[in-house]
Amino acid sequence: MTATPTRTGGARRPPQAARRPAAAGRTPTARRSLRRAVPLVPAVVLLALFMLGPVIWSVYGSFTNASLSGTAASNPRFVGLDNYLALITDPDFPNALWLTVVFLLLSAVIGQNFLGLGLALLTAAAPKAVRSVVATTVVTAWVLPEIVAAFACYAFFSSDGTLNRMLAAVNAEPVDWLFTYPMAAVILANIWRGTAFSMMIYEAALNDVAPEITEAAVIDGAGGWKRLIYVTVPMIRNSISTNLMLITLQTLSVFTLIFVMTSGGPNQRSTTLPIFAYAEAFGLGKVGYGTAIATVMLLIGAVFSILYIRVLKPGDNS
Amino acid sequence: MTTSIASPRRSVSRGVSSAVLLAIAACFLLPLAWLLLASLDTKATASLNLPAEFSLANFSAVLTPEQTLWPLWNSFLLSAGCAVITVLAAVLAAYPLSRYQARYNKPFLYGVLFGTGLPITAMMVPVYSMFVRLGQLDSVATVALFMAATSLPMAIWMTKNFMDSVPVSLEEAAWIDGASAMRALRTVVVPLMRPGLAVVFIFVFIQAWGNFFIPFILLLSNHKQPAAVTVFNFFGQYGSVAYGQLAAFSLLYSIPVIVLYILVTKGIGGSFATAGAIKG
Repeated sequence: MTATPTRTGGARRPPQAARRPAAAGRTPTARRSLRRAVPLVPAVVLLALFMLGPVIWSVYGSFTNASLSGTAASNPRFVGLDNYLALITDPDFPNALWLTVVFLLLSAVIGQNFLGLGLALLTAAAPKAVRSVVATTVVTAWVLPEIVAAFACYAFFSSDGTLNRMLAAVNAEPVDWLFTYPMAAVILANIWRGTAFSMMIYEAALNDVAPEITEAAVIDGAGGWKRLIYVTVPMIRNSISTNLMLITLQTLSVFTLIFVMTSGGPNQRSTTLPIFAYAEAFGLGKVGYGTAIATVMLLIGAVFSILYIRVLKPGDNS
Repeated sequence: MTTSIASPRRSVSRGVSSAVLLAIAACFLLPLAWLLLASLDTKATASLNLPAEFSLANFSAVLTPEQTLWPLWNSFLLSAGCAVITVLAAVLAAYPLSRYQARYNKPFLYGVLFGTGLPITAMMVPVYSMFVRLGQLDSVATVALFMAATSLPMAIWMTKNFMDSVPVSLEEAAWIDGASAMRALRTVVVPLMRPGLAVVFIFVFIQAWGNFFIPFILLLSNHKQPAAVTVFNFFGQYGSVAYGQLAAFSLLYSIPVIVLYILVTKGIGGSFATAGAIKG
């Protein structure tokens, strides 16, 4: 209870009020917690207006035939479940859903996560010079604005780009990566771009592991891998789940990288859900349909969020 | 680890891990090196090449007010506005969440955490039609507020965690001196968590600076567009012929966030004072 500061204007009520709210009566406690909640107001207003608002709007808009131009733009009509029925029968939807799952798993959960953890573990024991070279290059890719990263990756994978030039140097056949393997290109690009985040999360987490614990494990004879799996990983368990949550959701949101590199093509072969929603709403002018896709994406995001919240359990530590 | 640092097996494995690390770094470097070298090469292609002659011609070609300076200024307005709003709202919100055991803490934090999970790009189609209906399309201020709201869940979460690590014992002295909660926040907590706040500010600023999709959808006028959108519009048309200019503009646009990032990481390294304050 030392963690509870004295209230402003504390003279009005005895200090016991903080300790025994039940005895102090309901009204003063309620008033106090109301006053304490005042600093929350700006955040709550912003979140209600621009986060909750669009979510509600999304659900509402998905039941209309809103369009970019024409009469349905200014005066959308309620069409019930039509957009969702169209979604179920649209063969492009399962395609986009599947590509999104592939993109999430390969680029975030496997690529960024494991590469980030590996880099954090290896750099922890590496000479300082090596560590700073790694940190500089990996983090620069992450700090760059997304559109710049996308241009750099576009150039790297394009038919006359760096990758093909390197392949030519070892006498391998050049491949038109962005057309032949668009998913591989955008997955690698997203790993290149996002790994720094995981690396930094894990570096911070490893720094927090008390050296006594790893030393104790060394004394007990635990080798490198054993120490990693039985000591280090459990110690940074929270960071792992936080990191997985954040990179999964960041990757679910990736639009610019794919939009610039492949525009979702060729032939929708790299059209993840964000690209799909954009193309339907702004390319074909079907805003209502695009909103239905957005609502599905929000649902997916919501499911992930709830899953990870269950792992994290905020407030348990306070 | 420290006990066995001198053993030969240890140094061999250190050598191997250094080699692996440098190889990974080289892979990460290739696209970055292209940006740098292409920007200095008037005959740049999509491939990494050593320029036949180094030249700043690409930079002088793109350094015109309408192509670079205005868009960069627009980027700055949007990102700084967004970051200031976000940090202020996040610090205020984090204080009661971190310091009081209130009934709303848990639901609020769950809500915030849930908010971090919502894919913002997914929301852009409904946000667009919402902005159309509210007549806010093409309004820089509203777009900054929207961007602040989207970064707020993350910022509140980070700020609360930073604030939790500021020991309450330091604040108690201020309370005993009769300082109000808001005063204690301003004079004790905020100075102690400056590094943390810098992280949050930079995090939000860099995200906003690099954001392409939100202004791309919500801003219409060319003269309001941040650099991310103008570079896309311009080089979307000429990109294949002007790789050198593309790279030069990209660098000019990236340098502010890189500098900011370096400044903050150096600053943070030197001033993690919290632990020292409580022990000393």
